[in-house]
Amino acid sequence: MAPDARTTEAAPETTGERSRGRTILRHLVLYAGALVFLFPFYYMVVGSLQKEPDTSLGGAFPTGGFTLDNYTQINERVDLVQSLVNSGIFTGGVLLGTVVFGVLAGYALARLEFRGQGTLFATMLLVQIIPFQLLIIPIYVMIVRTYGLADSYLGMILPFAINSTAVFIFRQFFRQLPEDLFSAARLDGASELRILWSVALPLVRPALVTAVLLTFIGPWNEFLWPFLVTKDTGMQPLAVSLANYISNVAGRAANPYGAILAGSVVLAAPAVALFVAFQKRFTSSDLGSGVKG
Amino acid sequence: MSTLQAPPEAPPPSRAARPSKAAPSWVASLVGRHPVGIVLAAPYAVFLALVFAWPLCLAVWISFHDYFFAAPGVEVERPFVGLDNYRTVLSDPDVRESLVNVGVFLVINVPLTVVLALVLATALNGAIRGRTFLRVAYYVPYVAASVALVAVWLFLFSSDGMVNQILGPLAPDPSWLVNSTLAMPVIALFVTWKQLGFFILLYLAALQNVPKELYESASTDGASRFRSFLHVTVPGVRPATLLVVILATITGANLFTEPYLLTNGGGPNGASTSPVLLMYQRGIEQGNPDTAAAIGVILVILVLVISLVNRRLLERD
Repeated sequence: MAPDARTTEAAPETTGERSRGRTILRHLVLYAGALVFLFPFYYMVVGSLQKEPDTSLGGAFPTGGFTLDNYTQINERVDLVQSLVNSGIFTGGVLLGTVVFGVLAGYALARLEFRGQGTLFATMLLVQIIPFQLLIIPIYVMIVRTYGLADSYLGMILPFAINSTAVFIFRQFFRQLPEDLFSAARLDGASELRILWSVALPLVRPALVTAVLLTFIGPWNEFLWPFLVTKDTGMQPLAVSLANYISNVAGRAANPYGAILAGSVVLAAPAVALFVAFQKRFTSSDLGSGVKG
Repeated sequence: MSTLQAPPEAPPPSRAARPSKAAPSWVASLVGRHPVGIVLAAPYAVFLALVFAWPLCLAVWISFHDYFFAAPGVEVERPFVGLDNYRTVLSDPDVRESLVNVGVFLVINVPLTVVLALVLATALNGAIRGRTFLRVAYYVPYVAASVALVAVWLFLFSSDGMVNQILGPLAPDPSWLVNSTLAMPVIALFVTWKQLGFFILLYLAALQNVPKELYESASTDGASRFRSFLHVTVPGVRPATLLVVILATITGANLFTEPYLLTNGGGPNGASTSPVLLMYQRGIEQGNPDTAAAIGVILVILVLVISLVNRRLLERD
């Protein structure tokens, strides 16, 4: 009896020690990983503020010589304000289309029963498997060659006007609401639009914010399509004008890396800032309800 | 034709009898119980038809014809050429190389993404100090624009960049992005780093669905943490793994920005050219939309096949 008692007494202590060691290890791995993930961002900001590019290890931790010259320099080559306005219009157009028409479609798919519903749902799922990039040739032929929408905001926005992933997420959220709510409202004689506006939308508002934020980063960061549609530099979103600067002009500038990194900070900052401000919205449960199907 | 068939889901009589605004049964069988749904969903349906279904058909049509760009409104002959474009594409060594490049990309990117995302999500799951900070740190590259992040990597991996400064004599020659063996792996690494946060979030969601009792019974059976990870966590998140693999494959098929900017248009000697980059060069730069469309059609088929095979492999119990 006695030895048994001793072992059971000793056991929790060793497991406690082991689990503490494991917790420390877990923290160590996670924080080391986080540093690796954040370092390029830190380096981007530091590099954009340095007069001369210093690529040695010490150059990552400068003590002085900070300047905003690189920002002035990139602004001379790429009209930052105009590019940001173009990015904003492109992103805003996509968001508007996605929220207005996506919510309507998501609601219809989740809560209404109509002919063609199954086909529409199946197509929506298929669209998420077929990459948009693979359709660029016919879409380019249509939008640029047939409709002559090159160098126009409409041409930029059209292929992204309603985000299918967002429609899917809207549908999932509307489906989670109890059916009684809807039948009660219908019994009261409310129209579907009114039910959507006054009953369903207020209940899914937090989810809506998440979907909008997720949709925002798509057009803001998109490169290939606006790159194909815009040849006029006055129409190009920042991602495109910066990319063109990287591949064409950079070699001739005094401190090309500094100027490129300054442009990168301007391009990355709005999306990162929005995400950090709203990071609580990006919870795994919100996303999970979109993924569980 | 389909109107003659009985509606697949006839509304139950109790519901039909409700004094709601629902349509009478004969109308319901024609347009559904809530015809207003057609109106609400119409813009999205039109959108899908316009920028998805129609371009898909157009891509197939273009790929079977001798198609070239002409001024708008000008009538030109675009004769049917059968499989000629496909023959051109499949015998083109550049196309084959780009497919091999995507293969290299996937072989590095997919296992790395699955393992790192699952391990980091498992470590992040549960009480941990600074959880919010860690989540933000891992997610931030996903949120930021590729073009901006590529710029930093160019800075880090150039021949006199920081990575080589640290490596000193161990630095590869020729350097990372101009080295035909290393260019594609660096791109695969970049994309893994950029997308990992999103996949960690997917796994975090999936981990909530693994029943806690399974972990408890595993630990009563004396299984180590590692064994319960292998035998409870890994099978428990299998649907998420399927999604991760399919999404990572689609990312690979979509690859354009990274090879275009990171390796200056897919160099050295096409060692990092991706199929979409080739579509851009062949179709738009060189004015051969017909062969470019054929590349697109082949890629769509490959993506669908890979998705189906993955589903078969991973959904098997």
